[in-house]
Amino acid sequence: MHLHKYERIWLMFGGASLVVFLAVIGITAFFMGDQPPSGAFCAPVFANADTVDPEKVTETPPFNEPGIKKVGENQYVVTMVAYSFGFQPSNIEIPAGAEVYFQVTSKDVVHGFEIPGTNVNMMITPGYVNTIRYTFDEPGNYLILCNEYCGVGHQFMSTTVEVK
Amino acid sequence: MNTRKSVLDVRDANLSMAHMYAGYAAVFIGAIAGLLQGLVRGGLIELPAGIGYYQLLTAHGILLALVFTTYFIIGFFFSGMSKNMGSLYDGPRKAGWAGFYIMTAGVILTTIMVLLNEGTVLYTFYAPLQASPYFYIGLTLVVVGSWISGYAMFGQLYKWKKENRGKVSPLFSYLAVVTMLLWQIATLGVAATVLFQFIPWSFGWVEKIDVLLSRTLFWYFGHPLVYFWLLPAYVGWYVIIPKIIGGKIFSDSLARLAFILFLIFSMPVGFHHQLLEPGISPFWKYLQVVLTFMVIIPSLMTAFAMFATFETAGRMKGSTGLFGWFKKLPWSDVRFFAPMMGMLIFIPGGIGGIVNASHQINQMVHNTLFITGHFHLTVATTVVVSFFGFTYWLVPVLTGRKLTAKMNKLGIVQTLLWIVGMLIMSTAMHTVGLLGSPRRTAFTTYQDHPDAVMWMPYHVVMAIGGVILFIAAMLMIYNFIYLAFFAPRGVEEYPMGEVANEAEKTPMILENWKIWIGVSAALILIAYTVPLIGIIENSPPGSPPYRFW
Repeated sequence: MHLHKYERIWLMFGGASLVVFLAVIGITAFFMGDQPPSGAFCAPVFANADTVDPEKVTETPPFNEPGIKKVGENQYVVTMVAYSFGFQPSNIEIPAGAEVYFQVTSKDVVHGFEIPGTNVNMMITPGYVNTIRYTFDEPGNYLILCNEYCGVGHQFMSTTVEVK
Repeated sequence: MNTRKSVLDVRDANLSMAHMYAGYAAVFIGAIAGLLQGLVRGGLIELPAGIGYYQLLTAHGILLALVFTTYFIIGFFFSGMSKNMGSLYDGPRKAGWAGFYIMTAGVILTTIMVLLNEGTVLYTFYAPLQASPYFYIGLTLVVVGSWISGYAMFGQLYKWKKENRGKVSPLFSYLAVVTMLLWQIATLGVAATVLFQFIPWSFGWVEKIDVLLSRTLFWYFGHPLVYFWLLPAYVGWYVIIPKIIGGKIFSDSLARLAFILFLIFSMPVGFHHQLLEPGISPFWKYLQVVLTFMVIIPSLMTAFAMFATFETAGRMKGSTGLFGWFKKLPWSDVRFFAPMMGMLIFIPGGIGGIVNASHQINQMVHNTLFITGHFHLTVATTVVVSFFGFTYWLVPVLTGRKLTAKMNKLGIVQTLLWIVGMLIMSTAMHTVGLLGSPRRTAFTTYQDHPDAVMWMPYHVVMAIGGVILFIAAMLMIYNFIYLAFFAPRGVEEYPMGEVANEAEKTPMILENWKIWIGVSAALILIAYTVPLIGIIENSPPGSPPYRFW
């Protein structure tokens, strides 16, 4: 099939741009560790669950004790349960500069976990534990909100992180 | 007695027109829902008790994104195939009517369920939120109806090929058949999850549902779905626009090749909607990101073909200089102007799509209003404004009337209103989405959190854009009714483009369906087999139903 010379140039330019884009996101993902949150596939070593019976969340460790745990110097794990329409624990406090691992599951429907102004954004699917890491360098009051429709009170599903 | 003159077989025109009536009825209701949502989110009104924001959102998504598009696409394709081949054969026409009635029964059933607040699960109906079984059955009927119409088109082409041995199929019909084939392959995923998961679960025959499996099957369907919307607009761009601007189709074979590439690459890409989910490894996500980028190539080809058509048409009319052809385009002809606006909007729309699909960059925008802004550019402008542009000549063709000069002007005004409203609304959505404001969320300031309070002015701007869009939609409804019932009788041209004389012969391999279906199936198996086995093997206990509305 004949391609016009200009079309060849255009497609080569377009194709090369796509290759560059893919290389950038591929290298940052696979060589610099910047992968999208994928639960067990990207979980830190201390994470001790990747799936959980969605109806037994409150009795299954670590989600039977949601809360903040210090695991290293300036390193924290936040174990959180999302539900319609809230997060447990709520209104957490973290020292500035701390590296925080969130491990979150849902005890009912699908929820979202987003902290506006940061790159923290992941899906919380019942039955699975999703994890994400973030270092809060700037003190302030951060909003955690659910960004997946989860019922009539979805717009109220939020809590905060106070970084001091 | 039917005395109207038509460039189409009247029986085929009636079939096509039935789809137009149903489609525009959906636009009318869907636009009202959209207006109210915009005003609620902007904090400008509160809904009277009894109507829920998410109920409106469900109706808006289903009626505009699923119902209007599907009716329009099928009606448009039947008309073009009839024009291409002289007439539809009796079998395909009958099947077309069967498809229409089944779809309509499904739309009515689902709409009733939504109005009764029995299906407030949005049009993506993510488990384990559970709607009434009749909500899912209604949607099933819509898909089954569209399948039957697709079979009608396959049958039409098959019979035509038998009667015209050795001939290349007409371009419009070929592109329509590729689109309907893409739809058949894509809907296998949603059919599997609805028939084997949602319906048994919603009747209570099984207690639990595998949530991740249902999401994966849904998104296997959910992305080719957007190509099912886009490709009919491309059909019009490739085949209709050249005729309207007084030019020729740039290359018949490249148009076909672009569609074949869509058929192959639009399927194995669903994970780019699930990039932030647990249970799927980043490797397989990235593989599908790569395949997603492949599907950009045929759009780049389309962009080239369009501008090549414009330039050659302009030069045939005696334009000089590098950009002289630009002025020779019929800007005051709504049949050109509207789809052209759609094409231009696809430039920012497509760029936004590349952002969304970019693996970890998705974290910046996932489930924020950025995404809503994105598909209001691509689907709700590029596709919809192209469909509106086709409507201005198609409805007069179907009803044996004329597109008058006055209606042409009103059409330009309607298009401009839509574009202005959408640019206002979509720009605000993209911006506030980057700031973090979530999509699909009713009015809230999250207890006056400063971050969320900062989003409010953008939400008000969105509402203003929404009001302009609503006016444009109502004007479109008026124009549609005028063209269908009140425009003067006459013979409107069906602008079916012709291929440039110097264009080379179309290679027959493009008509070898076995090869392309085979390649498509192979890519789907490569992209999905291993992760799907992982999802099933590692699946946690399923979820019981919830009804949180």
